[in-house]
Amino acid sequence: MKQKQTAVVASQRELAPMIYDMWIESDLAKDALPGQFLCVYTRNKSTLLPRPISICEVNEDKSALRIVYRIAGQGTAEFATYKAGEPVEILGTLGNGFNVEVAAGKKVFLMGGGIGVPPMLQLAKALNAVTAKENIQIVVGYRDNQTFLREDLEKYGQVYIATEDGSVGTKGNVMNAIEENALQADVIMACGPMPMLRAIKGYAENADIPAYISLEEHMACGVGACLGCVVKTKEKDHHSHVNNARICTDGPVFEAKEVDI
Amino acid sequence: MNMQTTIAGVTFKNPVMTASGTFGSGMEYGEFVDLNQLGAVVTKGVANVPWPGNPTPRVAEVYGGMLNAIGLQNPGIDVFMDRDIPFLKQYDTKIIVNVCGKSVEDYVEVVEKLGDEPAVSMLEINVSCPNVTEGAIAFGQKADALYNITEEIKKHAKQPIIMKLSPNVTDITEMAKAAEAAGADALSLINTITGMKIDIHRRKFAIANKTGGMSGPAIKPVAVRMVYQAAHAVQIPIIGMGGIANAEDAIEFILAGASAVSIGAMNFVNPYTTIEVVKGIEDYMKRYNVENLTDLTGAVDV
Repeated sequence: MKQKQTAVVASQRELAPMIYDMWIESDLAKDALPGQFLCVYTRNKSTLLPRPISICEVNEDKSALRIVYRIAGQGTAEFATYKAGEPVEILGTLGNGFNVEVAAGKKVFLMGGGIGVPPMLQLAKALNAVTAKENIQIVVGYRDNQTFLREDLEKYGQVYIATEDGSVGTKGNVMNAIEENALQADVIMACGPMPMLRAIKGYAENADIPAYISLEEHMACGVGACLGCVVKTKEKDHHSHVNNARICTDGPVFEAKEVDI
Repeated sequence: MNMQTTIAGVTFKNPVMTASGTFGSGMEYGEFVDLNQLGAVVTKGVANVPWPGNPTPRVAEVYGGMLNAIGLQNPGIDVFMDRDIPFLKQYDTKIIVNVCGKSVEDYVEVVEKLGDEPAVSMLEINVSCPNVTEGAIAFGQKADALYNITEEIKKHAKQPIIMKLSPNVTDITEMAKAAEAAGADALSLINTITGMKIDIHRRKFAIANKTGGMSGPAIKPVAVRMVYQAAHAVQIPIIGMGGIANAEDAIEFILAGASAVSIGAMNFVNPYTTIEVVKGIEDYMKRYNVENLTDLTGAVDV
């Protein structure tokens, strides 16, 4: 179900400098899939467009959604001021999400980079229902020792960390962490900055394994109407038949070999 | 109380429409609003063949609005007629198809194909998209070019035509008059205002196309002014649009001279805007004992 609603902030805290962790009470949690996202709207009427933010976690009784986001501008700076009990305007749940069934019984890499780490949490939880915990290899990259969500992720799989400054885990990026730990997988699921996703696409092609990557683009509507957030695709997209799929509705998760990034 | 409005012989149940390009063909927003409650769905622009559109980023936020340079990505008229028209036919709302092209022949091809489809009530001719390099805007910024293409399309169109005007001109009345003189049945305005945004941290344009069309509440006063000017320059009906966020905004356009209004960028901000505007206009009419919506058109006190 897609709906725009005024939900309630259940809690909010700063997880790391500029990284915020907000739980939102909403019945949208019922249908939320790992890899889906919410559009969050500001109260300030000068910043009108929604901010697409991935769903980090759904609570046990499916009554609340967690988003972990970075302050990137005016809109997210406003969200960071919200206190428990305050209203928050959201539209959701949006996008296709990751298909966990493709990883049933398999060894999987969950790869997250920076603010692409949060959606890996709900995904890791969901994967525990279809494959053994030791098969879930969570490879996450950060800038420095602010390894937010690490403890949460450790509950659901083996966590390997890469940091750009080498302060924690492997010095470098997630690809370096795979190499250093001599890891292997049958399938990859990833979210992060474009250079990381490109590297993963190349790695998956060489290893001949499927990789499902979650893409990001500037959006206006979030529901597939404006055609603002497209990605070049190998096959004709089903909307416009011009090899330009809509990230918000046809994605944000695509099989890496299907997209030209 | 009667909310109906009639434009070129087509009667709409209420004056609230969707602005082309912001509502697809209604499928996406049909999940949020009952399309039966709208006066009309004005579709995303459709060309004779599929258009891939522009590179990304295609959208950017600006103060009180947004810029877009989608570049009229569309599946072409054949897919559109097989898929989008049958979808819209299920609803009790009027269908207005927005037509785009790179040459007069492109427009005519689409117009002729749509002529075979009686479910399409009107055609809106997009001669004002600022985001495509060929055609489109070239026809919409010079009065003689606008006259010629209007006259040519009129020869081939079975449905009444609405010429959608660009605000990126010195004198909107000149354009309005040219379209009317060439036989346009109605006008719609305004299309987006050409704008630009620069990301100072990356020293790059916020939009890959460099320029984009600005829409949203920030442009509303410009749009109201142009609707007022155009309404005083021509006799044909006007569909007003540009930053309408609520019923008050819509009524401003109607008082300025519009027979109907379209909701554009605000669909992105609040997917329920269209039906909220319908309800709000109804409330306004009750409050001020307005019997017929048409009594409000151009009723600003001068």
